[in-house]
Amino acid sequence: MFNSGLDVDTLSRKTVPDARFRGFVPSLIAVREKRYTHKENPDMQLRGRKHVAAVGGAVLVTLLAAACSSSTTNPPASGATGGGSSPTSGSENLSGTLNASGSTFQTNFQQSAISQFKSVQSGMTVNYGGGGSGKGRTDLAGGTVNFAGSDSPIPSKDEPLFKGKKVLYFPVQIGPIAVAYNLSGVSNLKLDPKVLADIFSGKVTTWNDQEIKALNSGANLPGTKITLAVRSDSSGTTQNFSLFLQTAAGSAWTLGSSSTIKWPSTAHAASGGSGVAQVVKTTSGAIGYVDDSTAKASGLSTAMIKNKDGAFVAPSSAGATAAASAVTPKPDLTFTTVWQGGATAYPITYQSWDLVFAQQPNANDAAMLKAYIGYLLGQGQSLLEPIGLAPLPSNIDSMAKAQLDQITS
Amino acid sequence: MTVTQADPAAPAGSADSLTQHRALGDRTFQILALAAGLLVLVILVLIAVSTTQQSTSWFTTQGWSGIFSTDWDPTNNKFGALAFIYGTAITSVIAIIIAVPVSIGVALLLTQVVPARTARPIVWIVDLLAVVPSVVWGLWGILVLAPWLQGIYTSIASGVNGIPVLDNLFGQPVSGSSFFTAGLILAVMITPIVTSLSREVIATVPTIDKEGAYALGATRWEMIRGAVWPHSQGGVVGAVLLGLGRAMGETIAAALVIGSSPQITSHLFATGYSMPAVIANQFGEASGEFRAALIGIGVLLFVITIIVNLGARGIVERSARRARGA
Repeated sequence: MFNSGLDVDTLSRKTVPDARFRGFVPSLIAVREKRYTHKENPDMQLRGRKHVAAVGGAVLVTLLAAACSSSTTNPPASGATGGGSSPTSGSENLSGTLNASGSTFQTNFQQSAISQFKSVQSGMTVNYGGGGSGKGRTDLAGGTVNFAGSDSPIPSKDEPLFKGKKVLYFPVQIGPIAVAYNLSGVSNLKLDPKVLADIFSGKVTTWNDQEIKALNSGANLPGTKITLAVRSDSSGTTQNFSLFLQTAAGSAWTLGSSSTIKWPSTAHAASGGSGVAQVVKTTSGAIGYVDDSTAKASGLSTAMIKNKDGAFVAPSSAGATAAASAVTPKPDLTFTTVWQGGATAYPITYQSWDLVFAQQPNANDAAMLKAYIGYLLGQGQSLLEPIGLAPLPSNIDSMAKAQLDQITS
Repeated sequence: MTVTQADPAAPAGSADSLTQHRALGDRTFQILALAAGLLVLVILVLIAVSTTQQSTSWFTTQGWSGIFSTDWDPTNNKFGALAFIYGTAITSVIAIIIAVPVSIGVALLLTQVVPARTARPIVWIVDLLAVVPSVVWGLWGILVLAPWLQGIYTSIASGVNGIPVLDNLFGQPVSGSSFFTAGLILAVMITPIVTSLSREVIATVPTIDKEGAYALGATRWEMIRGAVWPHSQGGVVGAVLLGLGRAMGETIAAALVIGSSPQITSHLFATGYSMPAVIANQFGEASGEFRAALIGIGVLLFVITIIVNLGARGIVERSARRARGA
């Protein structure tokens, strides 16, 4: 029936509503006692006041910290353009910090380059924050980073952000986008741009569709439903994959080219390249586009894509370099490696640039940028192949190196 | 021991200086506390002003009809937010429908049924749910829960196939990620806050009321319905609204499990999108008007959550006043 023990507890909870305060209240009382019983001792009074001030200060600091963490969402890039305090014009031993953000396609390359660069310039610190090409460009325009990684040139509508200041493009890496699929018993699947466009716009919905059969006469294609695996986050991979479809498939592709595509609602969206790879790996009948390095790391089968010369080519570093060597860059070193000619060129190849202001605020920043980007274009290029990316062809690389002189202070 | 008790023992001379010192200390503390309080307000206003400022181009170029259209197509510069507002509303409602009965049940269990000794460990466990970071919920949702739920969704969908209304609510799933999966995850995430607030409100029910109900021969259930519920109703509604505010703002967990497809559909097992999720997913590559639109969605969400939270506070305070009066 009626439990009196419970009732006493309810009452005590009523006076001190939260259990946490029960511990807190006695300690408060203890502080008061200490303060007033020793009030004739000036030391104690002083300590008491200090105590109050300290508590107030601590509250303020906590609030400030909380406020800061809620108002700014980008943890890196705090040092801004200040960089090193002592400008050393002799480019031998540089010291200071370079901050960068942008393309996540570059993250792997930047990380391995940063750790290797330590042996070249031990006094320099380089931070690469990732976050996406759009964020990189916004950060660069806002002056919070020294350089930005971007998978595409600055869109014309964003140019006002840069207030007419000259931005230099340094191509640093290229890489293939693989079309990964999960279809047991089918290896060396062959696809062409038109079929890919029809698959990714939801027109071709089963694997034994006539369009796919026509390209894979020998293969035993099942009647499995096609599940599209796409990126849920906006991405340079999506942008360049859709650029490929737009360029190569022509009127068959109607969804345009952008970092965020309005995919058919049956598409299975996942975050990041590894998320897409995970969907492809776990879903029978899935097809998705991911960086070749991600596809290889997840052990996925990748399709051979018909290139401009009519040959079916599997994604590889060599295929990407072959595609890039057919490119003639514009004077500002922008170009696209998608859908380039050449018998061995892989058609879905994309590239990434580091963006730098030509005019730097001080000599040290300029020297540090020259040293680091010079490293990426020189020794750093050898780091690309082991991580599934491809080095720049020598003509573009030497053009980029020549452009380093345009960084001035 | 209090100040007044200690004071008469003090020598007359030093009492003056002590009062002065204390007044100084009090004033310093008052200023610090006031500054801390105002700082929060200032930061809030600054966030509102700067985000609104950065999103003006969305409001001006798209117009009201553009903002409240269903067409989200960054490639063609169409930024309609209705699908995200719908997704946020649907997932929050699912979360509330699931979390509220559980939370109130647990709160009643803790305050009315089990003795305090047993209640405490249960409180700890429920509070532990609030400690799990939301990205962990999201990862668990996408890697463990979603694949498992897909099978269940498929069987439910075939089960209700052809039944008029249910057929439209529970169609065949595309994958394990859906409005419903997001709602489930959100439900688990808001349960601790709704439970602990309800528990505190219910604990303020006067013992006299409860004993009165028992004295009239009420069973425990009748006592809860007749004495506890009328007294704590308002506070519990406030707690639910606070939970709703939390569910609407949840970002990463929702972004991972909702399926990321901006569409408006009655099918709860279909993939959808919510306001915080689209900001988290698409901000990285956004620029220009696209960026303004995402920040604008943030402003809308900010406004909606402020309205919900103010409403909740209002209801809680009104019920607290009534409780004190009773």
